[in-house]
This record gives sequence, C-alpha cells and structure tokens, in this order.
Amino acid sequence: MSAEPHYTLYHPRWYRRRVSVWWWLQKRSYTGFVLRELTSIFVAFFAVVYLWQLRALTQGPEAYEQFLARLTTPLFLALDTVAFLFVLFHAITWFNLTPKAMVVRWRGKRVPDWLILGLNYAAWLVLSGAVAFVLLRE
Amino acid sequence: MERITPLLWLLFSAGGTVAALLFPVHFFLTALAFPLGWLEAPSYEFLHRLLTHPLTRLYLFILISLPLFHWAHRFRYTLYDGLQLKHLTVLIAVLCYGAALAGTAMAAYLLWDIS
Amino acid sequence: MPSSVALTVSRYRPERESEPTFQTYEIPFRKDWVVLDALNHVKDSLDGSLSFRWSCRMGVCGSCGMKVNGTPKLTCATFLADYVPGPIRVEPLDYFPVVRDLVVDLTDFMRKLKQVKPWIIRKEEKAPGDGEYLQTPDQLDTYKQFSMCINCMLCYSACPIYGLEPSFIGPAAIALAQRYNMDSRDEGAAERLKILSEHDGIWQCTLVGECTKVCPKHVDPAGAIQQYKLTGATNWVKSLLLPWSTR
Repeated sequence: MSAEPHYTLYHPRWYRRRVSVWWWLQKRSYTGFVLRELTSIFVAFFAVVYLWQLRALTQGPEAYEQFLARLTTPLFLALDTVAFLFVLFHAITWFNLTPKAMVVRWRGKRVPDWLILGLNYAAWLVLSGAVAFVLLRE
Repeated sequence: MERITPLLWLLFSAGGTVAALLFPVHFFLTALAFPLGWLEAPSYEFLHRLLTHPLTRLYLFILISLPLFHWAHRFRYTLYDGLQLKHLTVLIAVLCYGAALAGTAMAAYLLWDIS
Repeated sequence: MPSSVALTVSRYRPERESEPTFQTYEIPFRKDWVVLDALNHVKDSLDGSLSFRWSCRMGVCGSCGMKVNGTPKLTCATFLADYVPGPIRVEPLDYFPVVRDLVVDLTDFMRKLKQVKPWIIRKEEKAPGDGEYLQTPDQLDTYKQFSMCINCMLCYSACPIYGLEPSFIGPAAIALAQRYNMDSRDEGAAERLKILSEHDGIWQCTLVGECTKVCPKHVDPAGAIQQYKLTGATNWVKSLLLPWSTR
C-alpha cells in the first residue's frame, strides 16, 4: 500500500453540474459584469457615428447637414441617450478598476488607490474641458 | 492567435482608456447637446478647418480606431463566455477584429487627405 | 432571537442517487455559532451520515469552504446570526465535481498550483554558510498580500470563467505565481510567464472581479491577474523591440 494514489479526471460517480447558458442572470454581480462588458457595443456604436460624421465632413456641407438632421430624429436621440448612459457606465467602471490593474510604487511605497482614482477623474475633467473648449470656440 | 494576445490586450486597454476619458464629452456634445440645441454647434467651415490640421487628424484616428479594437476584444470574449459559443471561436475572432480593422482602414482613408 | 433555525443542506449519496437533493435540519440557534458549528451539531446529534470537510475552525486552513445561501464562504467564519430567521442553504462549492454531500474534489486546483511553480526559483542557490537572503520591509510589502492565500478555493467557486472553461488556471494559482514573481529573492518570473501566457493562463481572465469579492484573506487575486497582464504585455513589447534584453 505504498503506491501514490492515482487520481483520474473521469470518475463516473462524481456529480458535475453543467453551467447554464443563463449563468449570468443567476447572480446580480454576474449580471452587472455582463452589462459592463456590453458597454463595448455602445463604445463601438459611437466610434461608428463619429466615422460617419467624418465621412459627411469630407463630402461637403450638404452631406454634413444631412448627417446633423439624422442625429436630430427622435430615433437617434433615443438611441444616443441610451448609448451615452452605457458609455458613462463604461468610463466609471473603467476608472474604478484602474487602481487594481496599475500599481504604482513611489519611493518603495504603493501609491494609494484613492490617489490613482482621483488622478484618473482629474484627467477626465481636464481632457473633457479641453475638448469642449476646442469645439465651442466659435 | 495566441502569440499576439498581449498585443490585442494592449489595444483593448488603450481603447478602453481613450473611450473612458474622451468619449463621454464627445458623445454628449455631438449626439445630445448640439442636436438638442443646448449648446451652439460648430459650423461646417470651422470643423473642416480643424480637420486640415494634421494633429486633429491624428487625434481623430486614435479616437475612432482604438475604441473599435477595445470593442472587438471585449465583445469577442463576451460572446465566447456569455453565450458559450466556443465552437465558433475562430469565426467570432475574425469577425470582431476584422470589423475593427475595417473601421480603422476607413478612418485612415478618410483622414489621409483633407483638402 | 429565535431558539432554532432551519439548515437546508445539499445531500449527494452517489451509491443511491444520480443527483443532489436537499435535506432540512432544525438546529438550535446560538448567537455565537457559525455554520460549521451547525453542521457539526447535525453530524453529532441528528444525522451522522452528513459528510463535509473542516479542520482548524478559525479561518486559516481553508478546508471548510462551502456555499452559504449561494455565496462561497468559509463556514467557520459565517455566523448563523447573520442569516436568521433562515432557512440557511448550505451547498458544496460550485464548479468542482461533488464527491459526496458537501465534499468536492480539488485535484484540478492541486495540479494547476504545481504548474505555476509556487516556490523560489534561483539560478544559483546561496550556500547556507553564506548567510540569508536579505529583504527590506518595502520589498516584502510588494508581495505580502498575495502570500495570504489559504487555498480555500472560494475564488474558483466564484469565478464564472472557471465554471465555463475548466482548463482556466484560475485566480488563486495566478495570485500565487505573482507572489513569487514579485518576491525579491525569486528569479523565475520568465519561466512562470511562459506557462501563464498560454491559452488557459492570464489572458482568459476578463476581470469579473468575483474572486476578490469572496476571498476571506483579502488576497485580491483579480488585482494580481491584472498586474500580471500588464507585466506580460510590457514584456511582450520589450521582447519585440529589444529581443536581447528579455533573454
């Protein structure tokens, strides 16, 4: 009885529960996670809208007017409101996770999470202000 | 595919950061404030003039391209994990990154030469 | 405070059933009792056939991990008082094969733990006569959090990626790999990175973050994995631009 116990991966009597395709609805935090991941669709949506605006700008003033008119339709306003909320959700969850992913050590000590978070939000404010300043300059 | 995973993750991270820092303000202005008249929208001439500047074109290229790669990487994993579409993993990867590349190519083409 | 509370426990007896069932026991409520005390009461006085693992009963051995009302917890650290009036549902950890009742098989984790080489790797060991390896408190601080892992497997039970992709190396194994990567005495980071850069390594993780939420020792495996991804990615860029520096 001195042999090492041999473990086999397949054991017919062990019970293995299959993970349901609705696993993400079973816990609130899982659903929140999937919603967070789905924000990427709305990020892509806006990138495409901006690409479309770019195309309209290169095609001339009439094309640009057409683009602006499209954006004012109720369908697009509704869609854009929903998409904007998701993009905000992306930004907030992204900033909140940054301190976890980026550990900065200064003079041997770890920079506290609240400082990293604060710097992120500060950068957000400054850059948003700069963009708004450029676009509203006229 | 495996060997470029670090690159895809870096693109995803960069895209996510660009989207987090810059999309809210751009989205709010372009899709809500300007169409609804809350703020004065810039004129065509003003925007076109901005576009002729090479820095603007570089900025817009990054603004459009990186978030597309962010979506591609994240959406690919969401389909793989969320809907358990493991058998379609190659097709999903090709469609996602392919779409991001297509968007990037189009942005590059449009921004290359602004007269 | 009630005088008794119902404990609904998952039973699985492979010799006579093909699926788990639930059995409810009425146990006396004591405000200083934890779920483990309740289970032991069941085994001692009500139903000696109930099978479960436990050892230190003080939160350092990692043996008594189970799901309490759907959340992975150490049953020796989960007070009944937080769950009254009940009933309190006790089930085995998710995503591991159930051997019997509340006992799961952990071979998969043991195999993965070995894979990440959780020991100090050095190109040349110092002879004992040459003295100790010195380490400052700041150097200790870089990896101390990740060294707190008690291998209780709550993080694996909370990670949906592990549930969907059983070959994923998993939060605890990666956090432990990081513990050694960041140890100033270790020289094996490149070796571990090679193993963990494979398909089932760090890149499978999508930062759900549940692992950190359930960890009883505040190891923050999600943070360890994200930091590892950054290191892996910068290493990859370095190897592309300066191939000689990462050899």
